[in-house]
Amino acid sequence: MTTVTLDKAGPRRKVKQGSISRDRAWALRWSYFFLALFAIFSLTPPLYMLITSLKSSAEISAATNPWWVFHPTLGNYVELLTSSQFLRFFWNSAIVSIVVVAITMLISVPAAFALARMKFWGSTALATGVFLTYLIPDSLLFIPLFKMFATFQEWTGVQLLNRWYVLLLVYPTLTVPFCTWIMIGYFASIPKELDEAAIIDGASWFQTLTRIFIPVALPGLIAATIFAFTVSWAQFLYPLVFTTSTDQQVLPVGIITTLIKGDVFNWGQIMTGALLGAAPPLIIYAFLMDYYIAGLTAGATKG
Amino acid sequence: MADVVVGQASVTRSAGVRKRSSLRNAVKHKSTVAFLMTLPLIVLIAVLVLYPALYSLHLATLSKSMTKFVGLGNFQFLFKRETFWLVVEQSCIFAITAVVFKALIGFIVAHFVHNIPAKGQRKWRGMLLVPWVIPPAMSTLAWLWLFDPSYSAFNYTLSFFGIGPIPWTGDAAWARFSVILVNIWIGAPFFMIMYLAALKSVPDQLYEAASIDGANWWQRIWYVTLPMMRNIIAITALFSLIVTFANFDIVRILTAGGPLDQTHIFATWAFKVGIEGSDIPLGASVSLFMFPILAVAAIFILRDINKRGNEA
Repeated sequence: MTTVTLDKAGPRRKVKQGSISRDRAWALRWSYFFLALFAIFSLTPPLYMLITSLKSSAEISAATNPWWVFHPTLGNYVELLTSSQFLRFFWNSAIVSIVVVAITMLISVPAAFALARMKFWGSTALATGVFLTYLIPDSLLFIPLFKMFATFQEWTGVQLLNRWYVLLLVYPTLTVPFCTWIMIGYFASIPKELDEAAIIDGASWFQTLTRIFIPVALPGLIAATIFAFTVSWAQFLYPLVFTTSTDQQVLPVGIITTLIKGDVFNWGQIMTGALLGAAPPLIIYAFLMDYYIAGLTAGATKG
Repeated sequence: MADVVVGQASVTRSAGVRKRSSLRNAVKHKSTVAFLMTLPLIVLIAVLVLYPALYSLHLATLSKSMTKFVGLGNFQFLFKRETFWLVVEQSCIFAITAVVFKALIGFIVAHFVHNIPAKGQRKWRGMLLVPWVIPPAMSTLAWLWLFDPSYSAFNYTLSFFGIGPIPWTGDAAWARFSVILVNIWIGAPFFMIMYLAALKSVPDQLYEAASIDGANWWQRIWYVTLPMMRNIIAITALFSLIVTFANFDIVRILTAGGPLDQTHIFATWAFKVGIEGSDIPLGASVSLFMFPILAVAAIFILRDINKRGNEA
C-alpha cells in the first residue's frame, strides 16, 4: 500500500518540478524580451544622434531610410571641431563645470563635516534646511535672480548678466545642497572611534577632516563630484536666461541658439553637437558607473 | 558639621564652575569652528536661494515697469486669462501622467532586471540608465529630430504599417503626448534604479514564506514587495513630482509651448512672459504657482526624514 503511494507520488512530484523550472525558463525569456524592448526604447535617441551625425546634409534632405547611413562622413565632426564658436561653447562649459565642482566641494565638504560631527546649535535644523533647498527648483528662481543681477549692476557697475562667470555664482545653488546632503550621509557612517582617536592624538578638527574623513569617505566624494559635474554640464535654464552673446554661452544653449538659424535646422550638425555635448557625462558614466549610481541612490532626486 | 558640608559644597561648586567653564570654552570653540565651516553654505543658500525666493514674492506685487505696487493685481490679471488656466491644466496633466508612467515603467523594468541572473544585471542596468545620463537638453534635441514634421524617422517606420504621418509636435493632443513621452524616457531610469535598490533589500525569506503559504506572483507583489517598498516608492514619486512640475528643458526645446500655448507649463510660460516678454513681475507671479506643490511635498518629505531619524 505504502509503496504504491510512493510510486505514485514520485513521478507526479517530478512532473511538477519540471513545470516549475519550465515556468522559470519562460519567465526568464520574457524578462529578456521586455528588457530588450526597453533597451531599444532607451537607446534609440542616442543611436539616432550618432546615425544622423554621420550623414551629410544632402543625404539627410534626400529622405532615404533615416535609420541607415549610406555614405558615412565625418564632415560634421570636422566642421564643428574646427569651428571657433563651437570650441568656445565647449571651453565655456568645461571651465564652468570644473570651477563649479571645485567651489561645490570647498563649500559642501567642510559644511557636511561640521553638520555630521560637530553638533552645534541648530545643526540638525540646518541639515534638514539644506536638503529642503534642494527642492526649490531653478524654474522658481530664475526670474528673481535675473532681476537681482540687473539691480546689482545698477548699484555697483559690475556686470554679471551676459557674462559666463555669472554661472559660477548660480550653479552652486543647484549642486551644493545635494552634495552636502550626500557627504553628511557618508561622514555620519564613519565610526566615531576613528575621529575620537585622532582628536586624542592631538589632531585639530581640520586635520581630522583632511587626514581621516576625506580619505575614508572618498567614494562619497567621487560620487558627489560626479553629480556636481553632471548637473553643471547639463544645466540649461540658467545659461539660457543669463547669457545671450554667443561668446559667453555654454554648450547646451549654444547649440540651440546658433545651430538653429531661424527655421533652418542643420540637423547633421545639431546631432553632432548634441552627441559631443552628451559625451563627457557618458564617458564618466561608462568608467565610473558604480559611483554614479551610488551618488544617485544616496537619496537623489533628479528625474 | 554644617560648615563642613557648606565648605564641601562650595568646593565642589567652584570646581564644577571651573570645569564647566572650560568645557563651555571648548564647546564654544568647537561650535565657532563648526559655524565657520558651514558659513559659506549658509551665505550661499541665504543670498542665492532664500533671498530670491522671497524677492519673487515682492516682485509679483509690482507693475510691469516695476515702479508701482499693485498688490494682487498680477494675480487678478492672470486669473482672467484663458492661457493661464490652460497652463495650470497642462502642468497638472504633464506632471501627474509623466510621474505615474515613470513609476510604473520603472517598477516593471526593475522587476525584469531583478529577475535575470545577477551577472548580466550590470550590463542591462548600464544600458537602461543611458537616458538619465545624457543632458536633457541634448537628448530632447534628438527627440525633436525624431519628431521632425517632414523627416520624422518614426513616421518613416510607421508608414510601413500603414500608420501616419503623425503630427508629433504639430497637433495639440500629439504635442502633449510627445512632451510626456520624452519626460518618461528621461525619468523612468531614475525610478528603475531606485526600485532596483529597494527590491534587492527585500529579504528572500519573505518571498519563501509567501510561496509556502501558497501566494501566487501577483499576491507576492501585492502583499510582500509593495509594502516593503512603500517608503521608497512614495519618496521617489514625490521627488519626481517636484522635478517634473518644475520642468523646463523638455517643453522649451520640443515645442516651446506651442502649438497655440497648448503645451506650456509653469516654467516655460514664466520664461516666455517674464524674460522674453520682459514683464518680470508677471513672470514671477506665474512661477510662484509652483510653490504650493513644493510646500506640500516638502511637508511629506520632512515627515519622512524625521521618521527615519527617529528609527535610527
